[in-house]
Amino acid sequence: MFYREAGQYKTTYAADQQIFPIRQDRIGIGVILVLALLLPLVASEFMLSAIAIPFLILALATIGLNILTGYAGQLSLGTGAFMGVGAYSCYKLVTIFPEVNVIVHILLSGVFAAAAGVVFGLPSLRIKGLYLAVTTLAAQFFLEWCFIRISWLYNYNASGAIEVPGREFFGTLITGPAAGGTTRYYVVLAIVVVMTLLIKNLIRGRIGRQWMMIRDMDIAAELMGVRPLVAKLSAFAVSSYVCGVAGAMFVFFYLGASEPAVFSITLSFQVLFMAIIGGLGSLVGSFFGAAFIWILPILLRVGLPALGVDIAAETVFQVAQMVIGALIIFFLIVEPHGLARLWAIGKEKLRVWPFPYA
Amino acid sequence: MRMKTLLAGSVLMGLAASFAAPAVAEDSVYIQLPTYRTGPYAGSGIHIANGMSDYLAMINERDGGVNGVKIAFDECETGYDTQKGVECYEQAKAKNTLVFNPWSTGITLQVIPKSSVDKIPVLSMAYGLSAAADGNTFPWVFNPPDTYWDGLSAIIKYIGEQEGGMEGLKGKKIGYIFLDAGYGREPIPLLDNLAQKYGFEVLQYPVPGKEMQNQASQWLSIRRDRPDYVVMWGWGAMNPTAIKEAVKNRFDMSKFIGVWWAGGDEDARAGGTGAKGYKSVSFNNVGADYPALQDIKKLVVDAGKSHTPASTIGENLYNRGVVNALYMVEGIRTAQEMTGKKVINAEDMRLGLENLKIDEARLEAIGLKGMIAPIEITCANHSGHHPLFIQEWDGEKWTSATDWFSPLTEEVTPILMQASKDYATSNAPWPTRDDACPAN
Repeated sequence: MFYREAGQYKTTYAADQQIFPIRQDRIGIGVILVLALLLPLVASEFMLSAIAIPFLILALATIGLNILTGYAGQLSLGTGAFMGVGAYSCYKLVTIFPEVNVIVHILLSGVFAAAAGVVFGLPSLRIKGLYLAVTTLAAQFFLEWCFIRISWLYNYNASGAIEVPGREFFGTLITGPAAGGTTRYYVVLAIVVVMTLLIKNLIRGRIGRQWMMIRDMDIAAELMGVRPLVAKLSAFAVSSYVCGVAGAMFVFFYLGASEPAVFSITLSFQVLFMAIIGGLGSLVGSFFGAAFIWILPILLRVGLPALGVDIAAETVFQVAQMVIGALIIFFLIVEPHGLARLWAIGKEKLRVWPFPYA
Repeated sequence: MRMKTLLAGSVLMGLAASFAAPAVAEDSVYIQLPTYRTGPYAGSGIHIANGMSDYLAMINERDGGVNGVKIAFDECETGYDTQKGVECYEQAKAKNTLVFNPWSTGITLQVIPKSSVDKIPVLSMAYGLSAAADGNTFPWVFNPPDTYWDGLSAIIKYIGEQEGGMEGLKGKKIGYIFLDAGYGREPIPLLDNLAQKYGFEVLQYPVPGKEMQNQASQWLSIRRDRPDYVVMWGWGAMNPTAIKEAVKNRFDMSKFIGVWWAGGDEDARAGGTGAKGYKSVSFNNVGADYPALQDIKKLVVDAGKSHTPASTIGENLYNRGVVNALYMVEGIRTAQEMTGKKVINAEDMRLGLENLKIDEARLEAIGLKGMIAPIEITCANHSGHHPLFIQEWDGEKWTSATDWFSPLTEEVTPILMQASKDYATSNAPWPTRDDACPAN
């Protein structure tokens, strides 16, 4: 009744091609953005630093993986390593060129991740599916090995860790321990929103369509003039770039210091699950997936004791694990295409509501 | 869309309410204990967690808290995972914890820069960043009674004694098998330094965290290289695996020495009778005959207020958890005396820890005389480099193999001060100490 595009006439090409053609969607997105901007007013430091910031960063990483796996159809298990490349190159850049703005470094560090992604994406020209997953797995192990073994990467730190120095952005500290949660949140929000917007447009355009053609049927795509080499490697490059930026932000805005174990295969799986639960080939799904995998366990862990349930910390932890596991199975049975598909079905239903027919 | 925003809004409101700091009851202080009773490091972590929470519970039961101030505490499960560690730290900060015990070198490295900003003391008992012993640079970090570098130097000193003096180390081959993480890498700079000075050769055998239960290749290399001694820096499931492998490869157990974290009872027990003679450096004695431990047994464990199996009281890692809790309780007591306040805050706690002094008389009064050596923390020295001893596994339990002896403090201190200076430069602008330490 309320959610219907009837009467919204498109009189220009621009109006017809916009990202959200339905007015209600535009209003909804606007409201979400305003709420996101207002969040620091109501949220505690814990909510910002331990929930909102990592959620946004991991959502960006999931978008990165989604480009590769969801849009271009190339299965990857190396997300954690590509994030690590971003983080380590950002650390090196910051220590080598301390006078350059840290935002520039963060955006540049993705370039190194993209380069790594292209190199490890080369096998994708010959192999597909699970076999490709194995080669990306090799990337994961090899890069992780580099993070441990090449001490130049962490400036010969005795502990093998990288620590984030404090850096300013127009006079405000945005990285390092002294940077406040609110500042870091706004920086992360800005980067994530801008990058999501750019990627949305990339996907809607010629390049994104090439990726989807490759995904749906590579031989047909090739016959129609799509060059698999360019399409596949560009998918690897863009995906790794986004993951690299997310990895750099993960260390610089969230963890504050990190050791190689952070970028282990566990992180790769975490992001892959976010992509699968959220829905492959959907940007909004990336946010849903990140929320499901990151926020829900924290809510359970913090929420159960807050409700007055008196149970030991490790029991809460295990209960949360079990609940999440059960929910993953439940959602995948109900809708194998992830939360994004559920969301789309919900919107379809809403359009015809209150009538059961269109 | 609207539904979603509405939903998001109400969830946010609910969240904001639930994370607000809990009102602390009149006479109590809050401490969060980050622990890990799950995951691959749980085998070590459970005993530590039991020891810490049981001692605090006993103080509440027996003495009604510290000078009448109850210690409210709860655990936060980290699973030895740095991501969850950060989450626990943020949670602890929101709930105004007096002190944060990371129980993981990785988490310690992460919270060290934050501690001075958030004004929460970090108590990393004999783990974490060795350089943090420099109180001038790290006013908020404490690592009593010894740093990893002290531990390593004590092991090298012990090996030197076995070889008839430090000059006997010349030409020897010492293997170093370690968990390939911040924790295991921490002692390497000192090890290289000592190797150069005393002329022994170091062979490194890194064990990656995810393969710590499969050390066949490392031990194959050890069998091939035939080092004279093997020093181990292990934790969690790595320890029993290494000891089993050592037994299987017929390595001479009396020449196999672990750091204090490689000294769990279950670690050594895993090797069966073959593990007899395995050694580990330690700063606490085992056994449950100390009056304070008997109080724990009577008031907490037998009263059904803890999940600790009574048989594990007095085991090495359990007692070590007790020592950690003891430092916290005595820190609170010292802070109360110094500030005159009953209910102290985290900044007072830092003062308390910085002036912590537990002498023989105090240990006797606490009921732990003989379990640990007396300790003293000063403003400039947040570790103290206290005496250690070597313990030996006799097939069933740990026994002392040596008396208490000092680590090679004179070797460690210059490197330590240099490392602390390096840390401050590489993390510039590093906050300077507000109140300078008195020169002494």
